[in-house]
Formats: sequence, C-alpha cells, structure tokens
Amino acid sequence: MIFKLEKRPSDSKAMAYLSPVLAVLLTLISGAIVFASLGHDPLGSLYVFFLQPLEDLYGWTELGIKVAPLLLCAMGLMLCFKAQVWNIGAEGQFILGGLGGGFLALQLGDVESYWVLPAVLLFGSLCGLAWAALAAWLKTRFSANEILTTIMLNYIALYFLYYGVHGPLKDPDGFNFPESALFSDFAMLPVIFEDYRLTISILFALFAVAVIWTFMSRAMLGFQINVLGQDPSAASFAGFKDKKLVWLVLLICGALAGLAGVSEVTGPVGQLNPYIAPGYGYAAIIIVFLGRMHPGGIVIASMLLALTYMGGEMVQMDLTLPKSITGLFQGMLLFYLLACDLLISYRIVRDRPVQTKSSSNQQETAQA
Amino acid sequence: MDIELITNILFATIRTGTPLILIALGEMVCEKSGVLNLGQEGMVLMGAVLGFAASVITGNLGLGLVASVIAGMFMSLLFGFLAISLVANQVATGLALTIFGTGLSAFIGASYVGVGIEGIQAWTIPLLSDIPVIGKIFFSHDPLVYLSWVLFGLVFWVFKSTRLGLTIRSVGENPEAANAIGMSVFKVRYGAVMFGGAMAGLAGGYLSLAYTPLWSEGMSAGRGWIALALVVFASWKAERIMLGAYLFGAASIMHLVLQGLGFEASPNLLAMLPYVATILVLVVLANDAIKAKLSTPLALGQPYRPQL
Repeated sequence: MIFKLEKRPSDSKAMAYLSPVLAVLLTLISGAIVFASLGHDPLGSLYVFFLQPLEDLYGWTELGIKVAPLLLCAMGLMLCFKAQVWNIGAEGQFILGGLGGGFLALQLGDVESYWVLPAVLLFGSLCGLAWAALAAWLKTRFSANEILTTIMLNYIALYFLYYGVHGPLKDPDGFNFPESALFSDFAMLPVIFEDYRLTISILFALFAVAVIWTFMSRAMLGFQINVLGQDPSAASFAGFKDKKLVWLVLLICGALAGLAGVSEVTGPVGQLNPYIAPGYGYAAIIIVFLGRMHPGGIVIASMLLALTYMGGEMVQMDLTLPKSITGLFQGMLLFYLLACDLLISYRIVRDRPVQTKSSSNQQETAQA
Repeated sequence: MDIELITNILFATIRTGTPLILIALGEMVCEKSGVLNLGQEGMVLMGAVLGFAASVITGNLGLGLVASVIAGMFMSLLFGFLAISLVANQVATGLALTIFGTGLSAFIGASYVGVGIEGIQAWTIPLLSDIPVIGKIFFSHDPLVYLSWVLFGLVFWVFKSTRLGLTIRSVGENPEAANAIGMSVFKVRYGAVMFGGAMAGLAGGYLSLAYTPLWSEGMSAGRGWIALALVVFASWKAERIMLGAYLFGAASIMHLVLQGLGFEASPNLLAMLPYVATILVLVVLANDAIKAKLSTPLALGQPYRPQL
C-alpha cells in the first residue's frame, strides 16, 4: 500500500465535524453516479431529489411532518447510544405507540370531548414506553443482548399491527381492506397552518430537543449518562447505578418513539393501516450518528434524512424511479460516515518502506 | 394427528430451517475468526434480489445461485474493508451493512416485484426417497437442502480435524499470538468474512429461488438476525446450529401444525413465534452465562491492527 493509516496523537475535533459533511458529499457524488448509470441527468436528478421538494412553503411543511417523528425517535436513541445501550427498537416502539394510540382513538370514536386527544397521545406514549421497558427488563434481568431483543421486538410489533388491522381493528365498512376506520376529529392533532398538513407534533419534537439538551448539559443524570457512555468503569467507581440508567434511557426513548408513532397516526395518516411506519425508527439511528450524538447536530441531520424521504417520492413522480431509492441513499450515507469517522482518530500518511521510529508509538497504533 | 401430517410438518421444518443453517454456519465461521458481522440481513437480501434478477435475465437458476453467492461475498467485502482494514467499529459497520443492503435490494428489486419464475425443483433421490415416511421427510427436497447438509459436514470437519480450523480459531482467540507464529490475521479474517457472505448470499438465493420463488421487499424477514442469535444459542458448534435451525424452522411453521390439529389462529399472531422464540432463547442463555462466556471466541468483535 502506498498510503496507510496512522493514529493521530489525539482525536481531531475538526474531523469530527467535517466527517458528516464529507459523508454527505460522497453520498451526493455516488447518488449522481447512480442516477447517471440509470440514464438520468445526474445533476438534474440530484436537484429533483434534494432541492425541488423545498421550493415552496408546502414543501417545508411536508418536511416538518417527517422531521417531527424522526427527531423524536432520534433524541431518544441519542440518550440510549450515549449510555452505550444499543437500542435498535425505536421502530417497534413507534409502531406500538401508533397502534396503542390508534386503538384508544377508535374506542373513543363517539366521544365528543377535547380530552380525547390528550388521552390518545398519552396512551400511545405509554405503549411505546412499555415496549421499551420489555427490552430494558430483558437486558437488566437476563443480560440479553439488546440489539437482538429490540430487533425481534420490532418484528413482533409489526405483526401486532398486522393482526390489528387485519382483525379486531379493521373497519367493518372498509370493503375488507386491512385498515381501520378514520379517527374522529377529536382524536386528530391540530394543524399549525390552515390548508397544510403540518401538525403540532413538530412542536412536541422541538420541545423534546430543548428539554433533553438542557438536561444533558445541566442535570446530574445527563452527566451520568455521558460518563457511563465514555467510561463504564469510571461510572461504576463513582457509584452510578448503570442498571438504573439503562432503564431510564430506554423508557425515555420508548415514550418519545411512542409519541412519534401516535402523532403519526393522529396526524398525517388519520387511521391505522399496515404502512404507518416507513422506517423512521431505523433512519433515526443514522441521524444520531450523523448528528454527532448532539441535539443541535441531530436537528440538522433529521432535516436531511426527512429530505431523503421526500426526495424518494419526488424522483418516483418525476423520474419514475422506485421510491426505495430513499433507503439506498440512507444506507450509503451511514457507510460513508463510518469510513470518514476513521479520520477522526487516524490520518492518512504516505507509507515509507523503512521506518525505525520508537516502538512505543507503534504500540499505540496496535492498541487501537 | 395422522402420519401424513407429521411427515408434512417435518418436511416443512427442514425446508424452513435450511436458510437459517446456511446463514448461521457462515456467521459462526466468521465469529470464530473474531469478527462479529451484524450485516447478515443485508447480505441475505442482496443475495435474494440479485439471484432472482440474474435468474429472470438469464433464465438459468444455476446462474442465479452463483449471482446470489457473489452478491453476498461482495457485500461481505465491503464490511471487511471497513471493519478489518479500516478497523471501524464492527457493530456499527454491521448495522450499516444491513441498512444499506435493505435499501439497495429494495431499489434493485423494485422492477421484479410480482414477477414469477419456475423455482428450483426437488431432486428426489432414487431408492432413498422410496422409503416410507423417512424418504419424504429427508430425501425429496430441492438440491440446496442437501447442499446445506454437505456444507454442515464440511464446516464440522474443518473445525474438528483440520489445520485450517485451528488457524481460524486461534485468530479468533488471540490474534497477536497467531500473528506472532506467522499466521496472517488479515487473510484469515477476510476469508472467514467472505465465507460468511457467500453463505448468507446462498441463503438469500434459496429464499428467492427455491423456498418462495419470487422477490418481495425485505423478504428475509429477520432471518439474518435470528441466525445471529442461533450462533450464540449453539455456543459456536456446528452440530448445535443444525439442531437450533430446525427448532426455529418448526416454530416458523406452527400455523401448519395448528391448522392440522384443527385450530383456528391468526396467521399474524403465529408469525411472531420465531421472534418470540429468539427472545426466549436469549433469556434461557442468561442462566448459562458462564458457559456462553467460555465458548465465545475471546477476540470476538475486537479489531486487530498488526504491529510492525
């Protein structure tokens, strides 16, 4: 090899912020290559994917509709990942939130009261929380690997949803389609601007960002989560109960993802159907890494990921390409990010054939 | 329950267990060399979609299978480059591989949804398949089922009594020591990762060409993840992977059993069974934590950078 990786004396702070930018650039270049290889004008296609969705106010409000659930899930996951709890289960918690909230909304279909919506939102969040509690219990009581348990819980949640919309929650007047009746107006989230679909769920999301941001920088518990993530042994020396923190971060994440789910069904969807979860829980994982596990970065990253959903719909309409190109862009983004992140603690140097530096330096490289 | 029903259930159990065997054997070899690849699901999906596409385009199922294997190997190379050469975090890289594979396979496969092909047909083995009951259960499958048995034998033999098996194990237990006595940790780990990729790709091909000859988005339905749990359940032993895979296979076809017994149950609730079983397995393993720890390859998940 002509080039090789050499460990930096200390991690590069600049690279930590540059890496996501580099990853986005590499994704754009690869995207252009994909479009070109499919016989489309690469730059024009990128324009359709990334800029056309935001040409008017309507586009921005649609972006907000997608940012809200992504942001809620990502803020919860950020807490989990900071505490080294690899919760992949935001998707399942989202589904349970939507299913639980939707269930209550259907039961209260005839109740004309302004208490319906708060009850539905609360119950949805609690369902998401309960689903995360299962994972927390499995981890703390049986030390079951949370990556595997949360993924299994995602699949189980999805089949619960299928069971609901094919079975007890199916609309009796729905011509046998696997979907519920439409929710009553009292169960629907109010929109912010008339004639646009954007609901107040975006305010929930921004509120969650503000609270968690303050909490992480000011509160003792936030500090404990940070320490636990950076150095578990130091945390246990200091007497932090790591089981308690595992419960805490998972429950917060479950409640937030549940809120995201119930806001989705009582917002843009308006009923239960098998498609209420377009992978927001998985995209939120990418957001947390891309946003450098920082609330501010996560806000920016969730806008970008929301844009990939809108871009997918745009190229489907304008270029008749499959909508699933969204997943392709998201996957590439995460891959490039991981590769670029290496530049935080390593730098690329020319490989000199003879090297007789002190071996202590090499030792350090090997330890990495 | 009559004998025909039992025969059918066992026959279906073997069919359903086959992809799990393939994925889990591949992942086991990979983990034995010290590399934890959580990207199984992505590799299976890529194997499934490219195998299907190649079969539709060329009209040749054999070429389709070759494409599946190559797709899995290509994906595993991507993982290897990041996780072995660039020493990226193996958990994050594996996760990325799954997300990438899920997205890319859905994109490639979009134009193949709803396309039908004549899947891989059963090879009934002469004479053996004439044995009553046993013949139907074991010897009237498609060739990939037999291949899974051959591959099991191969992996079992390699780790039981070959130098190669010993090399892979020592790289996974103590890469520094293995390197010191002249083994190439990189080469062994790349080899093991690519074997895992080939097996996952083959499992994908099995799903889209033999098991249900069609392509649908996310058709592996978490089998890659279940196989990961299976490897832990089997404490990295090939023979226990066979047992576990068939147990999971049986859990996945419970609806057949219950229908046979005359019960009506929601197919969506029964479809949860393999996932619930996976969680139960993880819980049961907790009682055996010490044993699990002893059989885990020591250097599993730890990146290795050679000293010069």
